[in-house]
Amino acid sequence: MVLSRGCTGKTVTGPYILNDDMTDIQERSISLSGQKTGPVGDEAPIISMIGTRAMLFEAPGDFTMAHQRRIWALIEAAESRSDVQELVPGVTNLMLVFTTPPKDPEQIAAWLHHAWDTLPERHIEGRLFEVGVQYGGELGEDLHRVAEHAGLTPEEVISIHHGNEYTVCAIGSAPGFGYLHGLDPRIATPRKSVPSLHMLAGTVTIGGMQAGISALTGPNGWNSIGFTEITLFDPMKEPPALFAIGDRIRFYPESIVL
Amino acid sequence: MITILETAPLNTVQDCGRPGYRNLGVGCSGVMDMLALQAGNILLENQPDDACIELQTFPFLLRFDASVSFAVTGIDADMDLDGQTLLPWSAVTAAAGQTLRIGPPRTGARGYLCVAGGVDVPVILGSRSTQLRGGFGGLSGRFLEAGDTLGIRPGGAVCAGYAVLPPSVALKNGNDAETSGVMTLRFIPATDYQLFTEQSRVLFQNCEWKITPQSNRVGYRLSGDKLQLTKPVELRSYGIVPGIVQVPPAGEPIVQMADANTAGGYPRIATVIEADLWRLAQARIGSRIRFQECSYEEGVDAMRPVEDWLENMRLMVSRYRNSSIRRESGKSGGKK
Repeated sequence: MVLSRGCTGKTVTGPYILNDDMTDIQERSISLSGQKTGPVGDEAPIISMIGTRAMLFEAPGDFTMAHQRRIWALIEAAESRSDVQELVPGVTNLMLVFTTPPKDPEQIAAWLHHAWDTLPERHIEGRLFEVGVQYGGELGEDLHRVAEHAGLTPEEVISIHHGNEYTVCAIGSAPGFGYLHGLDPRIATPRKSVPSLHMLAGTVTIGGMQAGISALTGPNGWNSIGFTEITLFDPMKEPPALFAIGDRIRFYPESIVL
Repeated sequence: MITILETAPLNTVQDCGRPGYRNLGVGCSGVMDMLALQAGNILLENQPDDACIELQTFPFLLRFDASVSFAVTGIDADMDLDGQTLLPWSAVTAAAGQTLRIGPPRTGARGYLCVAGGVDVPVILGSRSTQLRGGFGGLSGRFLEAGDTLGIRPGGAVCAGYAVLPPSVALKNGNDAETSGVMTLRFIPATDYQLFTEQSRVLFQNCEWKITPQSNRVGYRLSGDKLQLTKPVELRSYGIVPGIVQVPPAGEPIVQMADANTAGGYPRIATVIEADLWRLAQARIGSRIRFQECSYEEGVDAMRPVEDWLENMRLMVSRYRNSSIRRESGKSGGKK
């Protein structure tokens, strides 16, 4: 059930789309495949119900830090709501899980719209993590694949990878796994069609436009380019996740095996 | 204490789950069939969130090392306590040393062994549920094995001699067409519903989907037909909850269940309503399901019979127990 309002604010069409119309959805599928992002208010966010107890807010436009910071601002605002049980930030989106099904989802959608339109970006002064990486070798066996895809040497891939600072946008998918922003597009590499079946936790990876450090040992379709010893999640620690949103990560080479 | 004498893998300690940590990538876990746990805990006068053993493989054999009351819910199966046949969905008290055997289910897929007081394992991040992916919670974050012992929290009630009707009977609705053998699940269209072709949207409701062997506590993979988008979309990772139905590029839907990851990236066609998730939890591999659309309001209202059933059960159990306590005290010549 989609609750989002179009730019004109006009209501209704069809049984599921309460106040949106097909045009917005079509526009959205275009914008998702990487169109330019206009300034605030150019496109409307999409708000939809996931069942009766979860609502998903999806920002329009590209995956930029500016958008992610506005998602963070939305988190802060939504934390003050008494009907919210859980807030689950994603990549330029936010899921609200309610304690009970909301009586008037449209009213909450309107509240989200207003918050999105009016709140300034929330800058989080995160901690800086310097992460030593053993690049290449058996635990980074896809380094050559990435280099080949990028048309670069493995050395260049490594130097580009640790040349950038990354920001933790959201934690999710596996306990402690951070969605990182900041990958240089030159080394962006599609996920593998055949996943590695036993990728170790701590593997330094590239999956499409995203960089990562795998949090769990298991099957993984991302490209491994190295390995780090850090532990991303310990349920006995407080907080259990090593990273938090807004934290920054700098990789540096501990060793390189080509 | 309980000692596990015989078990295959896949059986774990679970409670109502671990909400509140999805923002750290920790899925909710918890029992697949929430009604079965709620019923078991009501039968035993437990707290709603007390932990149980969720059984997915049978037979399961255990020994009660001390006297304790228990109930097996969720399934109908052959079960006996030291050879004495037991009814499912009933409160029974075992003596120390007695052995409980639970055979394969006649109906349902997942059995719940609830004990008075609840299974005692450490509370980690607010729950006793096993988080298999993260390897914590429950008993050392893993499946139960023969030889394992589990503590029982002290102070449990002593209960015996009464039972409840299973929800498959008590909550039967027009959708449960027994003869066709196809379970109907109600859904609310999700975010990307309109991005599917009209034909696929019709097909989603008309197809009898089969639950494939690649189905488990994480999710059910269905087979039957291919659903198509009007054009491909690339989605960014978004939060997911149990019940969400995603469609990977191959076109066959996946329903996320209790051990769902916290984030996903496939297009979302629907969400099975919360009131029907227990039905799906009890659907076996190889069985067929059908999706039927409902409105948001219908989805919300569908929880009312469930809540009424549980409330009524609470009332009946407490009345029965009060009257039997009065009878007991009458027999022994008044108050102690």
